[in-house]
Amino acid sequence: MHNLIHLFFPVPVIAFLVVSLAGRKEEKFISTTALTAIGINLLLTLVIIGLWISQQAAPLNFRDVSLYQGEEYDFFLNFYFDHISAVYLLTGNIITFVIIYFSRIYMHRESGFKRFFYTVLFFYTGYIVTVLAGNFETLFIGWEILGISSFLLIAFYRKRYLPVKNALTVFAIYRIGDVGILMAMWMAHHLFHRNVPFITFFQEQEHLLAHPEETGFIGGMILLAALAKSAQLPFSGWLPRAMEGPTPSSAIFYGSLSVHIGAFLLLRTFPIWEHQTILRICIAVIGLLTALVTTLISRVQPTVKGQIAYSSAAQIGIIFMEIAAGLDIIALIHFTGNAFLRTYQLLVSPSMVTYFIREQFYNYVPAAEKSTLLRKLENRFYLLSLREWYLDRVIFNVVFRPLKKMRVLLGFLTLRNLLFILGPVYLAGAWLIYSQVALSENLRNLCSLGSVLLALLMAAKSYNERQSAPLAWVLILAAHFFIDLGVTFNDPLNVQETAIYLTGVVISAVSGYMCLSELRRMGEPVDLHVFHGAVNQHQVLAFIFLLSTLGMAGFPVTSTFLGEDLVLTHIDQGSPVLALLVSLTFIVSGISVIRIYARVFLGSVTKNYQKSIDLTL
Amino acid sequence: MDHHPHGFDEAKAIAHLRHYLPAQNALKDFVHHNTLHAFQHQHFDDALYEASVIFGYSTYLALDEFTALYRDGRIREDILERTLQEAFRDPGEVEIWKNRLLSGNFDRTISSRLGQLRNLWKEKYSLSMDKVVYPFLVRLLSGFLDQGIAVSLFPHTGTGFLDAVRKLDTESYTGVLKHSRARKLLHDSEVSLAPLLDILLGEESLYEQYLFDQQFSHSGWSGFVSVIEEDPSNLLIPRKISLKEVIFLEMLLEIDALDEKFGRHWEPLRHHVSAGLTPLFSAVPSSEIRTAQILWQKAFEWTYFNDVMLGIQQTQAQEQGSSARTPLFQTLMCIDDRTCSFRRHLHETEPACETFSTPGFFGVEFYFQPENAKFYTKSCPAPVNPAYLIRETGRTSFRQQDHTLSKNSHGLVKGWLTANTLGLSSAVRLLTGILKPELNPVMSYSFDHMDKNAALTIEYTGEKAHGLQVGFTVEEMTSRALNVLKSIGLTRNFAPIVYVIGHGGSSVNNTYYAGYECGACCGRPGSVNARVFAYFLNKAEVREALQKEGISIPETTLFVGALHDTTRDEIQYFDDVITEESHVQMHRKNRETLEKALQANARERSFRFASIDSSLPAPKIHEKVKKRSVSLFEPRPEWNHTAAALTIVGRYSLIGRLYLDKRAFVNSYDYRQDPEGHYLLHILKAAVPVSGGIALEYYFSRVDQQKLGAGTKLPHNVVGLFAVANGTEGDLRPGLPSQMIEIHDPLRMHFILEQKPRVVLDILQSDPKLYEWILNEWILLSVFDPENRAFWRFKGGEFYPFVPLERSLEKVSADPERRYFESPNPSVLLIETSYA
Repeated sequence: MHNLIHLFFPVPVIAFLVVSLAGRKEEKFISTTALTAIGINLLLTLVIIGLWISQQAAPLNFRDVSLYQGEEYDFFLNFYFDHISAVYLLTGNIITFVIIYFSRIYMHRESGFKRFFYTVLFFYTGYIVTVLAGNFETLFIGWEILGISSFLLIAFYRKRYLPVKNALTVFAIYRIGDVGILMAMWMAHHLFHRNVPFITFFQEQEHLLAHPEETGFIGGMILLAALAKSAQLPFSGWLPRAMEGPTPSSAIFYGSLSVHIGAFLLLRTFPIWEHQTILRICIAVIGLLTALVTTLISRVQPTVKGQIAYSSAAQIGIIFMEIAAGLDIIALIHFTGNAFLRTYQLLVSPSMVTYFIREQFYNYVPAAEKSTLLRKLENRFYLLSLREWYLDRVIFNVVFRPLKKMRVLLGFLTLRNLLFILGPVYLAGAWLIYSQVALSENLRNLCSLGSVLLALLMAAKSYNERQSAPLAWVLILAAHFFIDLGVTFNDPLNVQETAIYLTGVVISAVSGYMCLSELRRMGEPVDLHVFHGAVNQHQVLAFIFLLSTLGMAGFPVTSTFLGEDLVLTHIDQGSPVLALLVSLTFIVSGISVIRIYARVFLGSVTKNYQKSIDLTL
Repeated sequence: MDHHPHGFDEAKAIAHLRHYLPAQNALKDFVHHNTLHAFQHQHFDDALYEASVIFGYSTYLALDEFTALYRDGRIREDILERTLQEAFRDPGEVEIWKNRLLSGNFDRTISSRLGQLRNLWKEKYSLSMDKVVYPFLVRLLSGFLDQGIAVSLFPHTGTGFLDAVRKLDTESYTGVLKHSRARKLLHDSEVSLAPLLDILLGEESLYEQYLFDQQFSHSGWSGFVSVIEEDPSNLLIPRKISLKEVIFLEMLLEIDALDEKFGRHWEPLRHHVSAGLTPLFSAVPSSEIRTAQILWQKAFEWTYFNDVMLGIQQTQAQEQGSSARTPLFQTLMCIDDRTCSFRRHLHETEPACETFSTPGFFGVEFYFQPENAKFYTKSCPAPVNPAYLIRETGRTSFRQQDHTLSKNSHGLVKGWLTANTLGLSSAVRLLTGILKPELNPVMSYSFDHMDKNAALTIEYTGEKAHGLQVGFTVEEMTSRALNVLKSIGLTRNFAPIVYVIGHGGSSVNNTYYAGYECGACCGRPGSVNARVFAYFLNKAEVREALQKEGISIPETTLFVGALHDTTRDEIQYFDDVITEESHVQMHRKNRETLEKALQANARERSFRFASIDSSLPAPKIHEKVKKRSVSLFEPRPEWNHTAAALTIVGRYSLIGRLYLDKRAFVNSYDYRQDPEGHYLLHILKAAVPVSGGIALEYYFSRVDQQKLGAGTKLPHNVVGLFAVANGTEGDLRPGLPSQMIEIHDPLRMHFILEQKPRVVLDILQSDPKLYEWILNEWILLSVFDPENRAFWRFKGGEFYPFVPLERSLEKVSADPERRYFESPNPSVLLIETSYA
């Protein structure tokens, strides 16, 4: 049985690789490969669920390989299979199958045909990793894949401004959720002094009860991640904006699977925070508020997809309430129903014109005069809902405005200062650490905080940079070095660990920097004022830079992914400020590098009398 | 205080702006038109280059595409040389230009003069109006105009847009505007643009250019507002709105945004305007690019037209006199290019039939009211405003509903119920709907437009409704019947059954559905018109009256209405009029013939469908073709007007032996019965804007998908049931999506008329609006003189003799479509079996 679970992964991964290597015009080959892969997995799902039920449907847990092992640290894969995984797996497989079948013909002649299919396969892989994950580490891998594939599919029409802009917005919000998981992992590690699978949490309830604050913190961070991913308050505004890709991708991501992953996270971790009454009340209240507010917003939406997005978010709000109440079976049924309903509604959304015009043609009755009181009340809320309850403004004011405000402070971070002032500072710091000079506890903490604060400032500067993409890029590299330095002051990383963390960054930084210099050499703009759309002429470069970006942002493409987690575990439990600063730096630097990629390579198209451009923009 | 300083004339400025905005109807009334109608007073060549320089449109294929066509032989060398020789007298220059075209590099970015002023907000004030003002403005607009997507309606829509916004501002917790200055202006002042422009710009000479910058930053929305203002019938639920109100509000929002950022005191834009500002409509300097584009385009067009004309000449050279035998049956169809191939297959299947075509409303203009409908729907060309109403009574088939799409699913509690019940069952619907597509309630199905078994109120009995006369009198019937019969030359030799076949299309998940129906019926199926016209001609009193006009229809002749679904290649007959046994039998046999022709037509179309293997047996192919019209995932149910480039006005025999592919609109016309060109003028007045407009809309959507087309339709989002946009906050996207135009060759419509040039010249000049199209070459026009079998080409107000470049056209004896589509270099084919 355990081994059967493994079978879920090779097929989509192989299909992903095969499709990635196929020719751009080989539509039939690409779509058949994808469909076969998902078809096989769908059958497999049915078989495994059948077998599992025949074995009394008991939860399965099994530990897999370790990706890295240190003294106290062990990053291993772990899988878990129970009724929650079963429902998510089955629903996910059916919907993905439907979407791929649908897109085979729907996507015909799109210039991004191949890109669409490998991104969906990539997404699918992330999805099954997530729903089968048995520990935070495994879940995080899947979680990150979902994030990247989301970005890629929202920005599918990458030469247009709005899709790219909205993809960046969504990515930024996902990033906030990512930090929730990172922090939950950090605290979980300290709670058990080792890496533990979910099942340990489930089994060692006394330990959790004995540490209510830590458990509460973990629960809170999980909630943060779930809220961001499932478009709950205050994050709901991203969901309609994500509807920029081809309709089937909107259906699979924002109608059904991706958007319900937050609910999955809560279902999966329920035993961890089960006894945190306050947290459960919080979840229920946020769910309720989301349900109310997004319903009101949905009611005023004059576009089909906007309406579906908000109605879906409202139902997920109710699902959150059901989960908080411990009604997991009801929540699962609700998830399945909502996922299929929204998928169907989105897939037929272009038909709404014919359908509703006809309905109206035969059934129209002018709106009845309501009692003035009720109407006044409704009108009062109308404008507020039309403005989406200022949700965007809230996020902007809390997260992004402070970042932008820092621009004034950050003028000193020029390339030259970086080299001549911060370079020596870094070296001095490194010397202090490795020469084993005895430092007082306070001084060490101060150095530690100072370095990490500098790192955060660099990331912020990079995020605010408008003139030069290379500078913004180098700043992120420097930020990673200062984080390493700062954390080492706190609790020395050994050379091997430092290497794991930094090699990925350095390799990515170098390859990315080379892409940028190559662009500059060819006379292309590398400032960040506007979107330049270099992907029009330089597709290969764009691809390499995208990979470098992912490496820099700590996505599971290089060892930095492990490194980020590793760095966090070295921050001891008593330094939440340090942990917070490091996490913030991770968020900001992730957003910043994707912003560089988007501004330099995406978001615009220039027309030319000589050369033709894509028809499918 | 004088709010109207001299120099800026508000009404004039708005009218000027409106002239250039896209003018596309709501989706339900979609009709094709010339996308660059604003430039039509200029010559095609001048207009296209100017539009490109001023608005940043690309107006021709890219030069690389032209050279690729040349390499593939789709632009022929001899034609290119001839084009060059016509353009340049000097042989040296011809040579220079030929080299320049083939090797030249005109690698220049297409830039636009728009945005010079408005971009200054971003550059000098660090304020992006696109981010701060636009999204909210669009939400207000789409909320106000919404026709039935939102559950909560925009409050106070009765009295106009600005009025509703004012009320909203006072009634809500959060106002529309934040600061007192803008609020005061909204509530207190009259709606006048100059004072606001003064605050924003402070320099009168910049006003108009700023308005263009502002409105063209969301031209889709502005254009739609302008369309609604002019023709409110575009919306079923009426909304009062004007472009001026939108501009007024947008400027208030801009002032509010500036006040928010800088307080009350900020410098108007004029302080930052550089001396290098190019006025929007200042002279456009000529350029080599322009010449290159014009030459390539001509060579491209004439490579095709040359072969068509050659084909006509070669087949007409051996023309035999038409037989006087009574045909087995006759058909009268629409001039639509999609019926052209069907006519060819009919002749192929049954050489003893005769076919005619006329615009598919069959000369009968009226509003149609299906039973129980709350509204009327226009059933004639869009510019006509009919005075008649036809009602449907006694419907037997009823609309199906899809509860999964009900608005209940967007409520809180009802949404919960829906998700847990219908939501789960939609899993099954998804799987069956995708694996086994069939007719479904969300699709647009042409046969549903009118119930075959329902009755129509065609006779006038004294009833009036909403100022419309219900039904027609005998005189009204006669005059309409007479006009059509005379214009197409069907005045004698009537067959026992004459099928009057309207057309429509069926599709699902297709927001452009109206564009697939009959354009002459205002984007509706032509079923009602066909049935009404047949009724006219079956009426004894009408026949008596026609007899007096010299048209005698034998008693044995029966007119039968029908509807051809061009997507599914199916015909529905309104054959309840056939009662006599002899006719029943003939009808049965004819139906078989028509069915065969439909299958052959479906097979021909399948060559252009990547998902169908054209070597399958015809009935199998037909099934697959039908399936396309009901498949949710099929963005191309049919190719519609793709590849349309010809309009033939003449007898069918002119092209009867040519394989033209599907590129021709054909209007039956017999020059022998119209020596003065009286009927020809009527035909051209209707056909030129229609087929000319279609060709130009396809043209511009093809050459500039980004700005003049709608982009790929896959990410489209339906807004308010009246338009599509990208995402939830993008601009509306007028024009055609890539899925409609991607295999279209952008050519102008070429009219070939069978008549004497002298007659044609006289009638053309009698109608200035029509003449503008032709003189400015937005369509091309040639005349085939049937008496000496010579071509004349119209240019600059005169006809010149035209001799096609000789070459041998390929001859085929059977299955021309296979030959055509398998040919590496397809062109006009001569069909050897004679059935014309």
